[in-house]
Amino acid sequence: MNFETTIGLEVHVELKTKSKMYSPSPVAYGAESNINTNVIDFGFPGTLPTVNKNGYRLGVMVALALNAEIEHHTHFDRKNYFYPDNPKAYQITQQDKPLGHDGYIEIEVDGEKKKIGVEELHVEEDAGKNTHGNNGYSYVDLNRQGTPLIEIVSKPDMHSPEEAYQYLENLRKIVQFTGASDVKMEEGSMRVDTNISIRPVGSDTYGTKVELKNLNSFNHVKLGLAYEEKRQAAILKQDGKIGQETRRFDEKTGETFLMRVKSGADDYRYFPEPDLPDFDISPDWIAEIKAGLPETAAKRRERYINELGIPEYDAGVLTDTKEMSDFFDEAVSYKANPKLVSNWLMGEVNAYLNEKRIGLLDTKLTPEHLAKMINLISDGTISSKIAKKVFKETITNGTEPEEWVKSKGLVQESDPAVLKPMILEILDNNQQSIDDFKNGKDRAVGFLVGQIMKQTHGQANPKVVNKILMAELKSR
Amino acid sequence: MISKDEILHVAALANLKFQDDEVDSFVNQLDKIVNMESKLSSVDTTGIKPTYNMGDTNTVFREDKGVHTQTREQMLENVPEVDNNLIKVPTIVDKEDDE
Repeated sequence: MNFETTIGLEVHVELKTKSKMYSPSPVAYGAESNINTNVIDFGFPGTLPTVNKNGYRLGVMVALALNAEIEHHTHFDRKNYFYPDNPKAYQITQQDKPLGHDGYIEIEVDGEKKKIGVEELHVEEDAGKNTHGNNGYSYVDLNRQGTPLIEIVSKPDMHSPEEAYQYLENLRKIVQFTGASDVKMEEGSMRVDTNISIRPVGSDTYGTKVELKNLNSFNHVKLGLAYEEKRQAAILKQDGKIGQETRRFDEKTGETFLMRVKSGADDYRYFPEPDLPDFDISPDWIAEIKAGLPETAAKRRERYINELGIPEYDAGVLTDTKEMSDFFDEAVSYKANPKLVSNWLMGEVNAYLNEKRIGLLDTKLTPEHLAKMINLISDGTISSKIAKKVFKETITNGTEPEEWVKSKGLVQESDPAVLKPMILEILDNNQQSIDDFKNGKDRAVGFLVGQIMKQTHGQANPKVVNKILMAELKSR
Repeated sequence: MISKDEILHVAALANLKFQDDEVDSFVNQLDKIVNMESKLSSVDTTGIKPTYNMGDTNTVFREDKGVHTQTREQMLENVPEVDNNLIKVPTIVDKEDDE
């Protein structure tokens, strides 16, 4: 029996605001416990929520970037549940009239392009953070309580783990380039829940849906889904039944295991939030937000290829993250040669980041300094060998390249009037090399250049040296 | 007619536990309330826009500025047990969604 897989994804993304969705408390990642809380976050009786305009605006941005229709008349709803990380005992969300609906994300798997539907997007608030002790107690930090989230619910349009992976990768990229969120799985600003079912090919009803949790990276999503496909198929082949359950992915074994069996649908008793008014989202505001949408990764990639002459593959790497792409754009704005900037970012800079296991913004390198350093190479002030020294200094200490090169005396020697006497002297002392050259041994040239470099402490301009040396060798 | 199971379901959702005789009296009481409310369903509301809120304001946004309206000390003052600025609570193990 052959099976067909159906996958739907629910993705929560934290929106990058200064304050919470329904309270003015500041939002900051990694702040001291419970420092950014107030009476609204604690759910004190008599407090009233207010809606963060910027939070809603960022939500609309994400919805527009995902090609969704924006809801013009909306209101908020209460989702009721008990848990210590949410002292109000309800979450304010948009159940009835979500912010946006009917969008899509384009993906490409094995050369085939496909649109994955986005059912709806809604803004809501995050819960606090619970840490479980092994003494029967938990410890609650409510800093995160109320942080603005947008939940992006896909249609069950994906049919393989690879499609789910591509959907997430493209979703991350699209959202990141709007600037609405950092979308970092490792910091929890992007979280993924998946639903997967399989059915015999040709069947017109979906199989029993299994929910998969604890997926901390896109790769885990792919591995977890692939494991589920196999597990469910094995059960169906033996005429077994798939349980309606929530399972957890174990990254150590690559397997999923049962977390809990679902007994009927969850009952959250949604009702319209009485503490907030109805909202009209005007077409003018939507148009304004749309006009202000930053350039997408795809558009940037095209621009790099067509206007800046960057090879396709390189343009793809440069636009993989907004950090990298912004850095590149800014460096180029300082009149540095785009191809050289690209080569440095993909070469030395990436190697440095990988070695230190840090992000681009964690270094002291600025786009301006990188551009200046590249310009020093381009105009012949420093050799590419010296440039590696300059680069190390700049990226580790944030040193301004021009000043440093001057103060350290690293400026390249390009003056023939200085270089020629040196070259002549070296030739006079190395008759053997001249003879070797005449006998067709090209290696001799390398040896002579090496001697000159040694004498100038690597600062001789190789091009100028080569030119003088070749002319001299031929004339002897 | 509201069933005993429905009462138990609602009680569980509200984290409440009742004695058997209490449940029976709630069946009675809630049945009356629900019956009275259900009279509203007899009104024909075809074509009438739903009312989500009773207030007369609409579209009230707050500007995105981070403000501390209370200090942490004030907020933790009424917490029964504080440990290292965290709120100490009994662990609830049969739920998920925590991280």
